[in-house]
Amino acid sequence: MTLSDVAFAVVIPLLFPPLMLGVITRTKARIAGRRGPPLFQPYYDLLRLLRKGVVRSRTTSWVFLAGPVVGLVTACLAAAIVPLGANGALLSFPGDLIAFAYLLGLGRFFTIAAALDTGSAFEGMGASREAAFSCLAEPAAFFALLVLVKLSGAYSIGSMLGPDLPDLWARGAPSLGLATVSLFVVLLAENCRMPFDDPTTHLELTMIHEVMVLDHSGPPFALILYGSAIKLFAYGLLLARLATPFHVGGPALGAAVALGELLVIAILIGVVESVMARLRLLRVPSLLVGASLLSAFGVLLLVG
Amino acid sequence: MSTWLALIGAALISASGLLALCVRRTGPRFADRVAAAAVGAGAVSALAASVLALAGGGDSLSLDGGFPGGVLCLGLDALSALFLLPVAALTAACATYALAYFPAAAHPREAPRLRVSFGLASGGMIIVLLARHSLVFLAGWEIMAVSAFFAVTTEDRDAEVRDAGFLYLVSARASTLCLLALFALHWVATGSFDLVPIGAGAVSPAIQSALFALALTGFGLKAGLVPLHYWLPPAHAAAPTHVSALLSGVLIKVGIYGIVRVASLLPDAPPWWGESLLALGVVSAVLGVAFALAQHDVKRLLAYHSVENIGIIAIGLGAALIARATGHWQTAALALAGALLHVVNHALFKGLLFLGAGAVIQRTGTRSLDALGGIAKAMPATALCFVVGAVSIVGLPPLNGFVSEFLVYSGLLRVAVAADGGLWLLAGFATPALALVGGLALACFAKVVGSVFLGSPRHSSMTGGAEAPAPMLAPMAGLAAACTAIGIAPFALAPALSAASAVALGKPEAQLVAPLGAISLVALLTLALCALLALALRTRLRRAPLEAGLTWDCGYAAPSPHMQYSASSFAEPLVRTFSFALLPRVRAPQLAAVFPGRGAFHSEVVDPVLDRLLVPAARAFANAAGWLRLLQRGSVHAYLLYVWLALFALLAVTGMTE
Repeated sequence: MTLSDVAFAVVIPLLFPPLMLGVITRTKARIAGRRGPPLFQPYYDLLRLLRKGVVRSRTTSWVFLAGPVVGLVTACLAAAIVPLGANGALLSFPGDLIAFAYLLGLGRFFTIAAALDTGSAFEGMGASREAAFSCLAEPAAFFALLVLVKLSGAYSIGSMLGPDLPDLWARGAPSLGLATVSLFVVLLAENCRMPFDDPTTHLELTMIHEVMVLDHSGPPFALILYGSAIKLFAYGLLLARLATPFHVGGPALGAAVALGELLVIAILIGVVESVMARLRLLRVPSLLVGASLLSAFGVLLLVG
Repeated sequence: MSTWLALIGAALISASGLLALCVRRTGPRFADRVAAAAVGAGAVSALAASVLALAGGGDSLSLDGGFPGGVLCLGLDALSALFLLPVAALTAACATYALAYFPAAAHPREAPRLRVSFGLASGGMIIVLLARHSLVFLAGWEIMAVSAFFAVTTEDRDAEVRDAGFLYLVSARASTLCLLALFALHWVATGSFDLVPIGAGAVSPAIQSALFALALTGFGLKAGLVPLHYWLPPAHAAAPTHVSALLSGVLIKVGIYGIVRVASLLPDAPPWWGESLLALGVVSAVLGVAFALAQHDVKRLLAYHSVENIGIIAIGLGAALIARATGHWQTAALALAGALLHVVNHALFKGLLFLGAGAVIQRTGTRSLDALGGIAKAMPATALCFVVGAVSIVGLPPLNGFVSEFLVYSGLLRVAVAADGGLWLLAGFATPALALVGGLALACFAKVVGSVFLGSPRHSSMTGGAEAPAPMLAPMAGLAAACTAIGIAPFALAPALSAASAVALGKPEAQLVAPLGAISLVALLTLALCALLALALRTRLRRAPLEAGLTWDCGYAAPSPHMQYSASSFAEPLVRTFSFALLPRVRAPQLAAVFPGRGAFHSEVVDPVLDRLLVPAARAFANAAGWLRLLQRGSVHAYLLYVWLALFALLAVTGMTE
């Protein structure tokens, strides 16, 4: 990779993600028959939060601020492991898929700890749900990644999703198809979208992610929002590349196509959120186990 | 040279408690210090030996004194040295910690006794690691196991402690019985007590498999592989905390050492050895962490996490054995290095976590997670060390747990890619199982950190006051620093891991090839970016109008500590999801009226093997064996007669068969 490629690969993941949130909001507004806020509203929100003051609970300690910081840094590093289109990823080494999952795990650990640091019943509730659901989503993601590892014989996300991807689809379309569906469910769960979590609800009792960050305000809250946008970007990139294995010539064109696909995924999420209601919390585990089973069938299909 | 150094270390550590007894007259504080100094000197000697051996200076020595078993051999190779490293380091850390945690001034009856058994247990472990002769091995093993029993039952005025000690003793006996059978069979098959690699074809495959199965049972009992883990949680909860740290950190690892050593002696390993170890590892890891999640007692919780981590180590060993059987040497080295590094890492972070928990227990006098809270403000340094230990044990970057789990995953993935048929299914399901274990461990330690250190204090003993004293804080800080150092610079340990894997696999060319530089880069990037962002946020917050207020409780203006989410509530969704395995017993009041009266809620998860299988079986056996009491005459003469009759019968039988 040349220096300009690196700069490109750093700047896009830092600038693009909030746009996906804008597209989701716009899609939902359009389906509901409203005009909706401007596409760039998430950027305005972030800038405004960065300028605001902060209210901090007297109960909290340093862990409360570590949550947003670690959450953002780990999301950025995870995004650096996923390639933009068929180009190489910024960070790529054999086994980086484990680093991807565990970096996001580190972010989750500190987000949960920050929520528990407030001593609030509501935030504890959200933290407990986040811990439970993400730990059921983990095997689903690993089953899906395992299908990719087995088919490609490669151990880094960059080379699994590299130029040979169309060939993998030709050899194991059923398994990869199941893995893709299962990864989409994981994306919805990990990024707290419907049907797992309703990011726009106003009732603390039914929230998951939103209730964990109730006590954050101002710049730390901006870091949280920004971090979750980057996490959505990273998962979206993974899914987009897997679902559309085509090889488009040129790195610039490839990256543009990948970003276009991300917007399509954002619209898809918007549609899912418009047509589906949030699941009852007791039903969420069965959906996640179902997603694991889907990709587990993908693993079964590769026997032989 | 290195073997002598290790032996001197073992002697000093074993003698530490006795030395302290000799100087008892000069006052309890001086005796405490003499014991700690002797352990420290012994640990330095053992560490030096271990570093020397890992750098290629391993040697062996033979003691020929007309012993019944022939020439007694001792030796220190890279594999022994890698296990010696955590044994020496953690023994020294725990002995220092005991200066403030279990001083003779506060425990005049127990402390002198505990120092003797503590030193002997650790010295016994070193002898086991050095033994190249089965009788020396058994001697070291017995010293370790029996002294550990006395260490566990230090506070024997408590009935619960006595029960746990009895359970430990029974399982330690069963384990020794298996090892006696193992070494007897080894002697029959090879005609020698020497523990040296058996030549290919010298022993039939069936006998080799029998040897492996005996080792797996005997050492698995000590290591705590499910379903042989039942003694671990009660013993860890009953022992003084620094003893629990030693038990969990290194004593159970001696069981792992035994499995690795015996497997390295046997030349032809069929794939099923590795497959069964892998399957046992998956079961141990998943059940260990699931049961940990349901615990209310912080020490029992940490003990179940040891079962989980032993499971992860067994997964690595299993993958290595499978790769060894199929001739994939590089994969074998990768998985084995992961397992061995996890042995070292688990000693560091589990020791750290137990010592941190001990500091909290000493201050508050309770082990119940639901009663603790908000201690981070009173004990910030302890809290920081505990968070480091928690992030390490969950296996998250940038700390050491991630490195070893990464290597285990890498080995497992390579086994999965190379495999087909049933083996692919096994390896293919072990990987997501490991991911599930990671997720559950994260939930569990978020629960522990959150309910012990964060939020608001649930009791006045948790506010204000002092940090843990220096002798307790220093070992914690040292262990936390070691966890961080291995996380940042794992490549520094690569030569040692390669050397140990080469010994265990019997293949000098089985070298560790792993992207340790990249892991180091990820760790450094994580730390550096977090530091930068934290600095930027701090500068920004200095300028921003900062308001301190109440925690937002949906408009409720007088939140109390009792409204906090408790540890049990935090774990409830996962305990419910896994209730098919955990079978929680819940007593909750029935809400009948519109304004229900006072109620009490109780939930507990009992161990499936101990409470649902072994205890009822033992009770039934004891009832059925009631008629044997006829023999119990209570007179020495009758017992002498029994002994005579038994000897007579045995001699008669052997005489007739010859």
